[in-house]
Amino acid sequence: MNMQTGMKLSVAETALCEAYDHAIGELPGDGAVLAARDVLISDFKDAGLPTRRVEAWHYTDLKALLRAVPAFDPAASAAKVGPLVEGATVLSVVNGVADSRASAEGVTLRTFADALADGTAAEGLTARDSDDTIGRINGAFVRDGFVLDFPAGTELEAPLEIQAIQNAGQTHTRFPATFGANTKATVIERYLAVSDNAALVTSVSDISLADGAEITWIIFQGQGLADTHLGQIRITLGTDAKLRLYVINAGGKLVRQEIHVVVAGEGSDLILRGINLLGGETHNDVTFTVGHNVPNTTSTEVIRNVIFDRARGVFQGQIRVAPDAQKTDAKMSCNTLLLSDEADFSAKPELEIFADDVQCGHGATVIDIDHVQLFYLMARGIPENKARAMLVNAFVAEIVEELEDEPLVEALEGVIAAWLEKHA
Amino acid sequence: MLEIKNLHARIAEDGTEIIRGLNLTVKAGEVAAIMGPNGSGKSTLSYILAGREDYEVTEGEILYNGESILELDPSERAAKGIFLAFQYPVEIPGVATMQFLKVAMNEQRKARGEAELTTPDFMRRVKESAAELKIAPEMLRRPLNVGFSGGEKKRAEILQMSLLEPKLCILDETDSGLDIDALKIVADGVNALRSPDRAVVVITHYQRLLDYIVPDTVHVLYKGQVIKSGDKTLAHELEANGYADIIDAAA
Repeated sequence: MNMQTGMKLSVAETALCEAYDHAIGELPGDGAVLAARDVLISDFKDAGLPTRRVEAWHYTDLKALLRAVPAFDPAASAAKVGPLVEGATVLSVVNGVADSRASAEGVTLRTFADALADGTAAEGLTARDSDDTIGRINGAFVRDGFVLDFPAGTELEAPLEIQAIQNAGQTHTRFPATFGANTKATVIERYLAVSDNAALVTSVSDISLADGAEITWIIFQGQGLADTHLGQIRITLGTDAKLRLYVINAGGKLVRQEIHVVVAGEGSDLILRGINLLGGETHNDVTFTVGHNVPNTTSTEVIRNVIFDRARGVFQGQIRVAPDAQKTDAKMSCNTLLLSDEADFSAKPELEIFADDVQCGHGATVIDIDHVQLFYLMARGIPENKARAMLVNAFVAEIVEELEDEPLVEALEGVIAAWLEKHA
Repeated sequence: MLEIKNLHARIAEDGTEIIRGLNLTVKAGEVAAIMGPNGSGKSTLSYILAGREDYEVTEGEILYNGESILELDPSERAAKGIFLAFQYPVEIPGVATMQFLKVAMNEQRKARGEAELTTPDFMRRVKESAAELKIAPEMLRRPLNVGFSGGEKKRAEILQMSLLEPKLCILDETDSGLDIDALKIVADGVNALRSPDRAVVVITHYQRLLDYIVPDTVHVLYKGQVIKSGDKTLAHELEANGYADIIDAAA
């Protein structure tokens, strides 16, 4: 049934549909891949971009916010940069094209373009549900990325950095990663822009942790002032798996980062920490869902937002506890430091609990700089602007320090401090 | 060094007058004790000297080395050498103690047109002062004042004071919450800073601290005014007889 027949397409919707017609001949994959792409773009045409009437997009009216879509720009180029953490192995993606010669010790690696070309990627080219606009757009257009396979028992000493750097146009990537039993690794998924040209970036990562895997995964989004970034990470946790997921947004004009977690193994633990540094006219949406589907699992989510200027932030967090997921312990909090009268933040926590022996909670706060702390710092001779910057930094540094990995903490504190210096 | 003339001040938020015509002079090299019952305005006076915005000066003057400081913000006063050791040092999670010390020392130096400290020089100074105050290195690795015991917080205040080398030190109830050993360490730290070009104002409830930091002058504060001044024997008198006689005599 097509409810939207005759719907007038917006400029951005038209541009996406036309871009598909132009690009499809060059996108890798045929047969099942092509068929999957066609389904996704056809569904997109029918549904269009979501408006505030779609509950999952209520605070991010994509149809109104996404005014234009840049055309593909095959001439756009960018040079890769040094890794965030010294000594990290870099897997480079430049303007949406993965480095086909990239390798990482201990990891079985191939490009996503290869997986599209030989059809193995077809299975994953689906939307999560009827509101999954990111899954649709990305699945229809995805060109490249990396497929990462960490064999059981792999322990990586140095972090692995997926460095997606773009200049202009559109880039659509995927980074599926399979972590075998008892693997240990730190992966940094880092998005950077080298110019202020408008770009549309979408990226989807399917991550699975097998039994006993202990993984730190960091998404750092540092797009340019005119960029749209639509990201999605889909995660499955096995028995006794432990995932520390850090999502740091420090760029972009229109950003939606979705995190969807299925807690499927007993004894598993999810630690989600979000840092959103918002300034200018940025609209930044972090949408999180977790399903605790088995007994004896834990998750904690802490989101810290710092908002300047006329920026607008959104956090939607949904915790679902299945009927037999007894002894679930899930705690979510969202704290916002609102530093401008024109800034805005919407937090929407949702708990859907069907088990009776669980501990679940959520809390949201909006605060200003603590004036007693400010006075204390100033009374030691620290000028007001510097003292304020220290307190804003402290608000997010507290979370970063939980990582207890000195080079990583220092690197993240460095990029956060640099952002604050520019915006405060 | 410090001249307070007919000072009137109130709480900015609700207009309650706390300081009502206070006069006080403290000379360079002097240790002045300010004593008084609860609610007499002792802590308020210390906050006003440091420049806390919650209080409004409505009348009178505060001169520091002959210049009014009323228009200066707290950081400018600190850079000029005014230091308040807080009764309740503020916990700031996410700010590392060492980073805070370094920024504070260097910002004050910058404000005075002096060169910033090199890291080795900074480390050496902190290490020396911390050792004298029996502050463990682990404490300095924690966020500022977070998880410090009451005594540790007070020692950390004195550490900051000895590193920043202020000219006018104001100690607000630094003895509260200290056991006798900690009290001695803190007093030794303060006494080490006594010098002819430095003044110390010790605000306290009890005579006890004044056995270790012996004052040159003692002033009794009551209802926002200094109602009696004397030498150290005044503190002993107060300890023996309480405030009632002096208050009655002043009334």
